[in-house]
Amino acid sequence: MARLERHPELPPPITEVGVLGWLRHNLFSSPANAALTLVALYVIYLTVPPLVDWALLKADWTGTTRADCKSGGACWAFVGVWFNQFIYRFYPVAEQWRVDLAFGLLVVLVVPLFVERFRWKGWLGAFIVVVYPAIAFYLFLGGAFGLTYVETSKWGGLMLTLIISAVGMVAALPLGIVLALGRRSTTMPVVRALCVVFIEFWRGVPLITVLFMSSVMLPLFLPEGVNFDKLLRALIGVTLFEAAYMAEVVRGGMQGIAKGQYEAADSLGLSFPKKMALVVLPQALKLVIPGIVNTFIALFKDTSLVLIIGLFDLLGAIQAAVKDAEWPQVVTEGYVFAAALFWIFCFAMSRYSQKLERRLGTGHKR
Amino acid sequence: MASEPLYGQPPSRPAPWNDPKIRAIAFQVAVSLGVAAFLVYLVLNTLHNLEARGIASGFGFLSRPAGFGIAQSLIEYSEASTYGRTFAVGLLNTLLVSGLGIVLATVLGFVIGVARLSRNWLIAKLAAAYIEIFRNIPLLLQILFWYFAVFLALPEVGEALKLGESIFLSRRGLYLPQPVLESGFSWTFAALAAAIAAGVALARWAHRRQELTGERFPALLVSLALVLGLPALAFIASGRPLAWQLPEMGAFDFAGGFAVIPELAALLVALVIYTAAFIAETVRAGILAVAHGQTEAAYALGLRPAWTTRLIIIPQAMRVIIPPLTSQYLNLIKNSSLATAIGYPDLFAVFAGTTLNQTGQAVEVMAMTMAVYLLISLLISFFMNWYNVKMALVER
Repeated sequence: MARLERHPELPPPITEVGVLGWLRHNLFSSPANAALTLVALYVIYLTVPPLVDWALLKADWTGTTRADCKSGGACWAFVGVWFNQFIYRFYPVAEQWRVDLAFGLLVVLVVPLFVERFRWKGWLGAFIVVVYPAIAFYLFLGGAFGLTYVETSKWGGLMLTLIISAVGMVAALPLGIVLALGRRSTTMPVVRALCVVFIEFWRGVPLITVLFMSSVMLPLFLPEGVNFDKLLRALIGVTLFEAAYMAEVVRGGMQGIAKGQYEAADSLGLSFPKKMALVVLPQALKLVIPGIVNTFIALFKDTSLVLIIGLFDLLGAIQAAVKDAEWPQVVTEGYVFAAALFWIFCFAMSRYSQKLERRLGTGHKR
Repeated sequence: MASEPLYGQPPSRPAPWNDPKIRAIAFQVAVSLGVAAFLVYLVLNTLHNLEARGIASGFGFLSRPAGFGIAQSLIEYSEASTYGRTFAVGLLNTLLVSGLGIVLATVLGFVIGVARLSRNWLIAKLAAAYIEIFRNIPLLLQILFWYFAVFLALPEVGEALKLGESIFLSRRGLYLPQPVLESGFSWTFAALAAAIAAGVALARWAHRRQELTGERFPALLVSLALVLGLPALAFIASGRPLAWQLPEMGAFDFAGGFAVIPELAALLVALVIYTAAFIAETVRAGILAVAHGQTEAAYALGLRPAWTTRLIIIPQAMRVIIPPLTSQYLNLIKNSSLATAIGYPDLFAVFAGTTLNQTGQAVEVMAMTMAVYLLISLLISFFMNWYNVKMALVER
């Protein structure tokens, strides 16, 4: 006997679709996988609830002294009391609007760069790199046109972290491009050798020795009587160090440009500067934007090293606060706060770099 | 009017100031002179400044007594030792933390990198969270956290945490039983050396056999068994010449035993966790770079999954992984100089820190310190380049 009519369609087995199917495929696909899942769940159970308990549920959020934190959880009152110092350090409170204004201006200027349809990106970028630093420098330092003078030893906190990384970035990129061009030179072996030595030297030593050298040895190198500001010395060290890394990133981009582009530029009769500025570099720099952003992330994290030569960046300000005798046992809170701030900046930048990589990648993949 | 033929004439030469070759030479001469003048200027300034400040120069200070103590030293060291000795102590401490860090970070990084690609959703997400959290927090912050918030927050010696009977963890560090070698232990070392030699010979023989016949021999497993088994046999046969010196809890500190100072522990943990996050990303990229067709081709040839991974995927992934892995190792070694922030006596802290402060000879001390890091970087680069060439794709 044969069945003549079609069997009505059955729903898929419940173990294959929906929540159950997802669980079966992604967490319990084999005995080994199931064991791994259980171990992972146990690890999460051991770590996450106590952490949430400490950081959120049992934490003290308000207060003005250490004694106000009694509950045994995190003492976020500490961060509240010291917040102003973490951001500005000893920058006079009455003058802090200048810092806010400078960074606010930067945000306003940068936003149009992310708008696809904005047409004068090149001019705006040039303005940000050339004119804006002068404005910001005047706002920070003052001393003319009615603004009181604030010496650099009072700068600190997150403000200093941002200043060092921004200056390092803006100054290191052109120097890095020059070094990369020198290293790629085929007709000038002496220049190439000098560039190779310079790049490999800075890349071979730790940043901390560079900072140390700039703070201890730079005064020895200069003529007697000439003395630089401590911050400026650190900036010089950071810039030279970062330029070497930037040079390698740019060189990678230039190697990624097809030989035909160089030959086409030559056959059009372009001189070397024009060939580089109009044909090679625009393509090479576009290729390595993600690499540049990654270098910048590394630089941003490395700025914390200036605390070793006695500058008080965000980490330095926090390190000073957790050693305050009136606030015992807030070490963990201080470091967690610093970590969170650094993490937000770095994570946002790395996400942006990944997005760029995907968008720029489409045109160049073979 | 007959024009002259264009061919057969020497090519026209540009004016000398337009000739690229002459320009290149002139530019290079100018740059060289500029750099040389700049260097001479710096040297003259430095000499003048050193004289004005009354700072001695030369390397004579290396044989003068140092007069300060160092918390951890792998070689004999006392306050009466010379500055040259402090240099050696610092260098060995740097090499110790770098070596341990590289091994542990590689293991952890590979595990996390593979876990990041796991088909188990939870494991993959945990690995991703680990990577994103730890590589986006400055290393110095992590070092300070582990030192001040974890290791210095451990209980005092009196209430030290105990693992079993003879492992103690307190703010003074980790105390482990110390193995004391007795006479006759050299037999075990001899057996170990013999086992390693046999293992190398075995691997060569297995490779040759596979080239000739196509048959595989489990050389790795057998040599592993040799390396573990032979010394164990020799150890038992020579009458177990090994004693354990246990740490004893005193009033303020431990006596005896093998001590891991908290500075070393904090630095090592931070370096390993930070670098492993980067290594994991490298490993993931390397594995993803092997085209899926390779796996399918291996299956089509009838290779088992384990063999596919070992013989097809890993060798090809390693080619992509090695160059960035090298730069991670170099970063780890250079980052170990952050030890100075928590007082671990590495090369930078001991030599460019204390020694520089006491002698004031900044130029010599910084030159020696930087030269060491440069030399280590160059050596590892050379080794890895050699290895890379060996592993590189041989195109036929």
